[in-house]
This record gives sequence, C-alpha cells and structure tokens, in this order.
Amino acid sequence: MLTQIEGSRAIAETVALCRPEVVCAYPISPQTHIIEAVGVMVKEGRLAPCEFINVESEFAAMSVAIGASAAGARAYTATASQGLLYMMEAVYNAAGLGLPIVMTLANRAIGAPINIWNDHSDAMAVRDSGWIQLFAETNQEAADLHVQAFRLAEELSVPVMVCMDGFILTHAVEGVDLLDQSMVDAYLPPYEPRQILDPDNPVSIGAMVGPEAFQEVRYLAHLRQLDALHRIPVIAEEFFAATGRHSGGLVHSYRTEDADTIVVAMGSVLGTIKDAVDIRRDSGERIGVVGITSFRPFPSLQVREALRHAPQVVVLEKAFSIGHGGVLATDISMALQGTGCVVREVVAGLGGRPITRLSLEKLFYKAARGELGELLFLDLDVEVVDRELARMKAGRRSGPSAENVLRDLGTTRVEGQGR
Amino acid sequence: MTKRPIRFYQVGSFAVGNRLLRDDERTVQSDPHRSNSIDSGHRACQGCGEALGARYALDAAMRATQGQLVAVNATGCLEVFSTPYPETSWRIPWLHSLFGNAPAVATGVSAALRVKGRSDVRVVSQGGDGSTVDIGFGCLSGMFERNDDVLYICYDNEGYMNTGVQRSGATPPAARTATTDAVGPQPGNAFGQGKDLPRIAMAHDIPYVATATVADLHDLEAKVERAMSFRGARYLHVLVPCPLGWGSASNETIHIARLAKETGLFPVFEAEYGTVTSVSKIRRRTPVEEYLKLQKRFAHLFGKNPRPEIVTHLQEIANRNIERYGLLDTADAPLARHATTAEVRS
Amino acid sequence: MNKRPFAITLDVGSSRSNHTGSWRVERPVYVDRLPPCNNACPAGENIQGWLYEAESGNYEAAWHKLVEENPFPAIMGRICFHPCESACNRAQVDEAVGINAVERFLGDYALEHGLRLPSAGEDTAKRVLIVGAGPAGLSAAYHLRRLGHGVRLVDSSAQLGGMMRYGIPAYRLPRAILDAEIARVVDMGVEVVLNHNVADIEVERESGGFDAVFLAVGAQLGKRVNIPAGDSAKILDAVSYLHEVAEENPPLLGRRVVVYGGGDTAMDAARTARRLGATEAVVVYRRNQERMPAHDEEYEQAKVEGITMLWLSTISEVQSDKIVIEKMRLNAEGFPEATGEYEELDADAVVLALGQDTDLSLLSQARDVEVENGSVKVAANLMANAQGVFAGGDAATEDRTATVAVGHGKKAARGIDAFVRGETLEPVAKHELADFAKLNTWYYSDAERTQRPELEKVRRQDNFEEVVLGLTERNALFEARRCMSCGNCFECDNCFGVCPDNAVIKLGDAGKYEFNYDYCKGCGICVKECPCGAIEMVPELI
Repeated sequence: MLTQIEGSRAIAETVALCRPEVVCAYPISPQTHIIEAVGVMVKEGRLAPCEFINVESEFAAMSVAIGASAAGARAYTATASQGLLYMMEAVYNAAGLGLPIVMTLANRAIGAPINIWNDHSDAMAVRDSGWIQLFAETNQEAADLHVQAFRLAEELSVPVMVCMDGFILTHAVEGVDLLDQSMVDAYLPPYEPRQILDPDNPVSIGAMVGPEAFQEVRYLAHLRQLDALHRIPVIAEEFFAATGRHSGGLVHSYRTEDADTIVVAMGSVLGTIKDAVDIRRDSGERIGVVGITSFRPFPSLQVREALRHAPQVVVLEKAFSIGHGGVLATDISMALQGTGCVVREVVAGLGGRPITRLSLEKLFYKAARGELGELLFLDLDVEVVDRELARMKAGRRSGPSAENVLRDLGTTRVEGQGR
Repeated sequence: MTKRPIRFYQVGSFAVGNRLLRDDERTVQSDPHRSNSIDSGHRACQGCGEALGARYALDAAMRATQGQLVAVNATGCLEVFSTPYPETSWRIPWLHSLFGNAPAVATGVSAALRVKGRSDVRVVSQGGDGSTVDIGFGCLSGMFERNDDVLYICYDNEGYMNTGVQRSGATPPAARTATTDAVGPQPGNAFGQGKDLPRIAMAHDIPYVATATVADLHDLEAKVERAMSFRGARYLHVLVPCPLGWGSASNETIHIARLAKETGLFPVFEAEYGTVTSVSKIRRRTPVEEYLKLQKRFAHLFGKNPRPEIVTHLQEIANRNIERYGLLDTADAPLARHATTAEVRS
Repeated sequence: MNKRPFAITLDVGSSRSNHTGSWRVERPVYVDRLPPCNNACPAGENIQGWLYEAESGNYEAAWHKLVEENPFPAIMGRICFHPCESACNRAQVDEAVGINAVERFLGDYALEHGLRLPSAGEDTAKRVLIVGAGPAGLSAAYHLRRLGHGVRLVDSSAQLGGMMRYGIPAYRLPRAILDAEIARVVDMGVEVVLNHNVADIEVERESGGFDAVFLAVGAQLGKRVNIPAGDSAKILDAVSYLHEVAEENPPLLGRRVVVYGGGDTAMDAARTARRLGATEAVVVYRRNQERMPAHDEEYEQAKVEGITMLWLSTISEVQSDKIVIEKMRLNAEGFPEATGEYEELDADAVVLALGQDTDLSLLSQARDVEVENGSVKVAANLMANAQGVFAGGDAATEDRTATVAVGHGKKAARGIDAFVRGETLEPVAKHELADFAKLNTWYYSDAERTQRPELEKVRRQDNFEEVVLGLTERNALFEARRCMSCGNCFECDNCFGVCPDNAVIKLGDAGKYEFNYDYCKGCGICVKECPCGAIEMVPELI
C-alpha cells in the first residue's frame, strides 16, 4: 500500500511487520523517530509479545539485544553516529557471537566537532566488525531491506546493519509502499536460533579463544560473509518475486553499458547522481552509475564485473579515512586490480554538506575531460582552508580549527580576537 | 532473619552440612547431587574465593529455581578460568559478552524469556567488582532503575585480579595493588569515600539487596533463596578473598572472609526496597590487625616500619560499619583481643 | 551436525577433561586423630566414637560401642572421675562436654531397655583364674569371656564388686545399678566363687589347672598412723568403716565424727557418717583446699551436706570425746610444716582416711613375682615376672580408681589372651593427638554444658538415695551433640562444601568422603576449615 510517510515511520512500520520480540532503544538524532514509533506500537500492544526496553546507553542497547538474541528472541535496535561508537564494543561482540541482531543505522557524522548531519563516517567505523552492512538508496529500499535483513541475519546467524542516510532519508516524507503482514510472514519465518540459552540443553556461549583457534574463528566468520554474497541476491530475488520490487542485492548499475566513466556511490546520493548523469548523458558524455548496496560483505567480483569495462571510475563517498583517502575507493581499487581502470576518489557531503546536482554535473564534466585528480573534496571552501592554514603557520597555538573556520564564515560571534 | 539457626546440633548453624539434619534443612552444598554449576577442571588459582562463591550462589539459585536458570557473566577471572576454549566448567546455560555489559545482557535475556512465556526461567548476571562497581556500573544502575527481573551477583575480590591485581573502585584504602603500590608517604590505595555498591543499590529501592561472604554458606544460600523469591532487580554482593591479589595463603580464603565480617570491615546484611531488614551480628569481634596481617597487600602497615595510624584509620572504618549497621549485639561491647584466641589458633 | 559456532560455544562440563590435580604440591588426606578424651580414658573407651552414635539418638549403638571397652557404663557414669572431661577440648571453647553424664544416661538406658552385652566367644578351652571381683577382676572376666576363655572369679567377700561395693557409698552408686551391671557380666558364663580367700596363688593355680592368673585383689587395707590415743578413743579406718556400712552393719560413731584425710574416701566417710546420724562431721586435712586430693564434685557435695573442713591441721592426739589438733602451715615447696599451735575439737570418733595398702600375702610362695612399694611389678601387658601371672587394678598401680582398674582388666585380658595362645601382644601405635590447635572451633554452635541435677539437700540427710541425678534424654542428646568429635570425621560436609574445585566426593550413608585427586589443587582449605582436624596435608612425592 503506497503511503506518504516519513522514512523513520516507514522503517518502524516495517520492523513491526517483522515481529521483533525485543526492541531496545536509546535516543540519538536522527534515529529517534524510528524507535519512538516502534515504542508506541509496543506500548499499544500491537506487537505483543514484544518487549521495548528503554536503556541507559547505546552500549546497553546493543548488550540487551545480545542477551535477547542469545535467549532466542528476534532483537532489533537503531542508532547513529556517536551512539554507534559508544556501542562499538558490543557491536563487535554481537558479530563475534554470531547473533542475528538487526540494527538500523541512521548515518550521521562523528564528532568532534559535534555534528548531527548525515555522512557515512559511522558506518565506516564499524566496517570490520563482522556485521553485514546494507546501504539503502531510498526510503522504499530502506524499508524493504529491513525485512531482508532479518531473513539474512537469521539464515546465517550474522548481525545485519541497514544503513540509511540520516535526515535525508529518515526525515523525508515520501511515498513508500508498505508491505502487508501476510507477505512478511511468508517471507520471514520465525527465528530459529543457531544457539540458545536453554536450561534443558545448556551450553556455554562466549568462550575465551586463544591463539590455537582464534584465527580459525575469524576465518569462519569471513566464510559466512562470503556465503552472504550468494544469499543476498537470492533473498532479493525472492523479495522481488513476492513484491514485484527490486530492493537489496549487491550492486546496481545504471546506464553503464557503454560508459567511459562510472560513478560509484552508496546511499541516497545515488538519486542525485543519477539525475546528474542523465543530464551529462544528454550532453553526450558516456557516463554511468554503480550503486553499492552490500558494503559488507564487499562484492568484489560483482563490482569488478560492473566496472571493468570503464576506463575511469569515480568513487564518490561520504566518508574518508583521514590521512589516507576514500574508504570505499580503496575497496573499489582493490576490486579493480589489474583491469587498468583509473580510480578517482571524491569525498563529498561530510557532516551534511549538501551534494547538489550542479556540483555533481561540474564534477562529471571535469571527469569526462580527464581533469580529476586522485582525491578531490567536493565543494571544499578553499579560501577558508587557506586562511586557517595561514593562521596555523603563523603560530603554533592557533586554537581549534573548527572554531576558527566557523568564525571565518561569520556563523559564530567573534570573541577574543586578540589571538 | 532469613535463616533459622539450628542450635541443637554440634555445628548446625555454621558448617556446610550435618548428618543429623533433615534433608530439607540441609544446605545445597551438602547435597551430593548439587548442581555443581561450575564444575571441576576450571583454572582458578588454588583456594580461589570466587570459584567457591560462584558455585555457592549459583547452586543455591539452581535449587531455588528447580534448575531453570540462565547465567550471564562479565569478563573477568571467573569468565576466563571457567571457559578457555575448548573446555567450559559451566553446567548451566551461560553467556559471556563483555566486561561492562553483563547487567544489560541479562536484561535482554530476561526480556526474551518473558516474550517467550518462559518466566519460570530466571536470570542471574554475575561479575567481579571491576565489572560491577566500575566499568559495568552504568548498565547495572540502568538494570536496577528499570527493575528488570535479574539477580546480579558481584563477586568482590577488591581489585582487577585477572589483569594482574590493579586497583578497582572496590579496593580498600591502604591496600597495595599494582597501580597503588606500597611506596611513598601514603602507601597503598588512597583513603577515599569508597564506592559502597550495596548502598548504592539500595538507593535504587530495588526489591532486594544483600551482602554475604564465602565464610557463611548458610547465610549466602538463604540470601540467594530470598533473592529468588522476588521479581525485579536484585543485588547480591559476595566477598570472595583472592589469595593471589591479597597475598594470602591459599588455605586462608574462608578464614579471611570470616575475619572481614568479624572485624566489621565487611558488613553482612540484607535490605528490601531500600531498607535494611537484617544484619549478621559479629560473633567473635576481632580487631582489624588480625585480618590485615594475613594479607601481604597490607604488609607495609606492619613489620619494620609499621604504620599504626593507618591501621587505626582502618579500624575506624570498621567501627563505623559496626555502628551504622548495628553489628554487635550490644553496641558498646569492648573490642577484646582475647575474644579471638580460638580463632587465631584454629 | 553441530550447528553451534565453532570455539565460541562449548558443551557444558567439558572442563572435567582438564585434570588440575597436576598443580598440586601437597595433598590432603583424611586422618583419624586421637581425641583427647579417648587418650585420657583409663578404661580406653572410644568416647568420641560412642558420643557420635549418641548424637544421632542411636543410644543402643552408642552403648554397644561403649561396652566394647567397658562393660559398666551405668557404674562409670556415676563413679568415674572422668579424666576425659578434664582433657576435653571443648573446655577451651566454653565448657567440657558432660561425657560422664551421657555415659550414665547410656548405662541406665541399657538397663532400662535390657540391652545385652556381646556374647561370649567360642570356647578356647583355656581357663583363667581371677582373684578379686572388683572392677579390674570383673572387667578382665568380661573381656576374657568375649575372647572365649573360661573364667573363675574368686573373692573373699560375700558379694561381687570389690571397692565399687565396699568402698563407694550407695548414694553415689545405687546397689541396684551395681548389681545389674555385674550380673550381666556374670551371665556371660563366669564361674564365681565368693567368700573364698586365696592363701597361695601358686597352689590355687595348679590345683585348678589354670592357664593364667589375674591378680586383682585391690588395696583393701586402710593405712594407719600412730596417733597417741586414750584407751577409750574410738579410731577406725575409712575402708573398714565403709565396708561395714556396705554390709549393712555400720559401727556406731557417735554424734561428732572427725575424718582424717583429704581424699575422696575421706569425703565418703564423712558423708556416710552424716547420713548415719552424726550431727557434726569434720574433715581434718593437713594441707589446704588447693592441695586436697579429693575431687571437686565430691567436696562440693560434701559441703552442701554440711560437712565442715579443717584445713592445715594434723591430729596429734585422740581422746574419748575430743581430739587435739596442731595447726600447720605450707612451706615454700607446698609441704605442711608444724607450727606448734594446738587446739582442741570435740569428737566422738576418728575415721582415718589416709590411703590404702594392698594385701599381697597370697604371693608369699610365688617366688618370681616381684612386689615394689606394695604393688605388683608388671610389664606393659600387665604380666608379672612369673609366667602367666598377671596383675592389675589397685594391686598394681598407685593410680587407684575404678576406671583405671577397668582398663587394667581389659589390658590384662588381652595380655592373657596372647599369652595362652603363645603369642606376643604387639602394642598398637596410638594416633596423633587431636589437640585444640588442630580444630577450627568456629563451626561449633555456642552451647553451654548441661548441668546434672542433684538431689535436694534435705533429702540427703538420713538416707543413701542417689545424690546426682541423671540427664533426661533430651539433655543427654544435647550434651552428646556438644562433642566436637576431635580428630575424627563426623560428616559435617565442610570439606565437601568448601572445596573450590569440587574435588571432594561425598560417599553418603556414613561412607564419608574421598578426595578426587584428579582435580584437587592442594589449596588446603578443606584442612583449614575441617572443624575437627580430621584432614592433614602431606607433601606430594615428586
């Protein structure tokens, strides 16, 4: 049923259809609307039997989910940014224990400086944790991915994180075709835990594993993620069969057949990119787009297949590894080894900086002419940066850059000019 | 009082068992078919108080729940010595997640059981003092505040023993640890305000809070049983001497725990909904020296350069406990050295 | 297929394959140590053993364990001065266990319920002559009959019991009790010959064809001292006095009786005199109360009954109605010295209770038997120098109590048994003593001793009713349960409970415990926390 609905609300409604049994929540923008909505449904009794636990931190939220999952319950939580980092230890732990928890990550930048707006730094921070990370392009896909996420998590006994851009998706009201309960029930069977805390059949979960077996444990976790590379398309296919909708999968190509340049990205920015590509196509440039839905496991083969025929690949991402460069770009480069593709890295949209179609058009224009450097920061205010660099050069004690930049931009009242 | 003293038997009130008691009056530990929730082959040090305390508490919980028990364990000695791959010492369903999240994990288990309609299965969460009073304190307080149906048991050995005896929020003043060495003008741990978790727990007004030691099994078992008669958050704080960290002889574990109580340094009591309902009276009042001298972590207070003023300070702490909880039958009973002759000889 | 995650999730109890016993440098072992009560018991009773049974309320088993060593619990429970209680470790906690009172309870219980002594052993065709039917002779008869040997018990008196009958007044040992316990022994097939004076032991032995002889003739002669006395002065010795009273032929002593001496016999004589009409009974003793050999209980009871004491006094002269007393003082070594101060005391009679001597005239022809200071000289097995001649009781020791005599009877029986079989009695090594330092008394409940009730004073004045009364069953049980079972496991489960490694196996059904050395790390908590000191650590042999 197509409904005009806020993204968060669509997620809440979809999660509810998945019959979660324990939902634990700690508020952080921009995730709040999701758990608020689930909380209402639990309190109303719509989800019974379901426990909604208001915890005292994200660390506790993931920990409660771990306990619930180990005791055989379908567990769900949502977080973002700082919250994800605060629960980081438990994030790794859930994966290490092989507990099929599903978590929504409303992608948001990480401070300092504190910033509540969207980028992908948070997701990148936990990319090695052992969670499956799926990136949604639209609210429709975000909603659909949650159903697939539970299915995937429980089939493989691996936790799954559905990443959706904070505010851009979570707070956007648009048409979403909400699933109906019978479809979800048919698609998502009840949770059958691979291991469970059961007095009638006791086991010890969470042993200490030393050098004699730790590497094997990690290797097996890797194999399970590789297994997911086979399961994700199947699950998406089955979802299509049930709903007629293409959601999920590993990678998606758009107008790449004859492309000289292929732009690679994840999440909601793909929509803007596609618009810009259409316009550049109209100008005669042969440019296409590949969207990565499954960031972990990383579908190297599929990425390689999708990109290998393009001489130039532009990876546009909302995160980067300070001191190195793009995170996704690194993975793409690895996947393209030996193909001769040139990979250009573009960092964009950090901390919620809008990625406008116009900026993208300019970018693609330059790309088509081979004018891109190895690493570009889209729409970087070079003047501000230069002034700060000059200040830093003048004296070692120049104060925090963030404050200086804001002062420079006139967004902060200037105090203590004496420095 | 939750326990019934049995006076007419030689040792009815104090020893583990008694062949003359009816089966239903016997301790769990005297039962040859006890659960042995934590079984032989674990790698705890010789004379480990925590291994003992865990078995005492969990076996009692097993009896109280007719075997319908799940345990969550924080990282720490207990976890490490019980479950090094490929062997586990546990005989009950057991889950270890992290150092600081055992109360929250237990909340999750408890919630799942409720959802599954298995409220007959009860949840125990356990950890050492480090995971309880320090790193896991936030989760613990949250669990208390929500009044989740979890019995949390802290096995307090007054320091981070698993990592090599460092100071925790539960390390007593003047005690030497690897991070509060016995050097400088104020050797050992600083005199602070302490972090009295049983009282902090009581401040949450949860249904049940109790302290116990491994020296009084009857008391400990009665408290576990009492704890299991409540729904909601419960807290049991068990003093478990650590031969390694305290520098005591491996055979002194129970003796030292007993002295901790008899000196007043470790008050043994129980509280319901924030109010103390009973205290275990001191039976043979003992000056703190006799407790301290058995432990190398306090050795710098004695010997060649004794620090009697620090010992006096510690005695004052004991006296304050005695006063606060009314640990003596008569409040003004003198502190008699001779009262402990038998104890010292034994 | 195991679908559980590899390495992270483990099957319960799998650590049992890790044998932590290899960490051990010392191992605990269960031991039986000698409880101080047993060690102190002259009759060699396994007191801790029978208290253990009594604790369970199994009085029959307790009694049977008791009579393994001593066939006279009801008698001993009245007249034994219980060195066991003096040695009892519990005295260092609160008060000694009232062992004697429990023994009496068991003895009375057995009489009341008609419990039977063990039957006589299979006949060995060996015959033993026992001279003297006091505690030593009767005890020997009992043990010899159990061993299957024939026994002839001869005594010069008209009744069996020796000093138990003729020395101990009935208010301490009712005759019905004495008769009943003796009868049980006789009923085992003892040939009794009374009113028979053995003039020559060699003749008696040969004529009867005995394989061995046990001399248990006691010390029947009251010691006399030379005190200047008028012709009409009435002086007699306590042994004879008590003997005549026992034969219900009491001599008339008048209203004011002085007893000379400070032992139990002096107390008995004075108390008997009171009962027989003396309005004043004064005990004159040359030292002070501290140095008085009489037991405190005897003295306390005598005081209650109105006996007065004259300390630091010797009798220097006896006249028909008074005596002259010289006051004494104790010198630095504690010996009494004359002061030269005299006083007079009204007295109708003087009873001398100054100790006893043996009458060993029957040995005059037995050349090999050596006598020293009035006692027969014997080896550890109680055999005198002569082959097959054994001696015990008062005739062979300075420690003249009924309990010692009972112990001698048993010891002699064992010696004789070995002798007639042509064997040598190997001394059994005693276990290490379970002294107080080996106990952990924390575990014993605080429980003060039960006091035995005593007959009211007014009811003691003119009769021989028993003064000290028995315990009720409830009290006896309580008292038995005060026993700390020193040195011997009493199944308190402490070791089983306190082991951090579950390395103690509880066998159940009084099978007690075993260590599981596969897992025992040798921490020693079980030893430290064993209330009764029945575990010790021994080094591992490497």
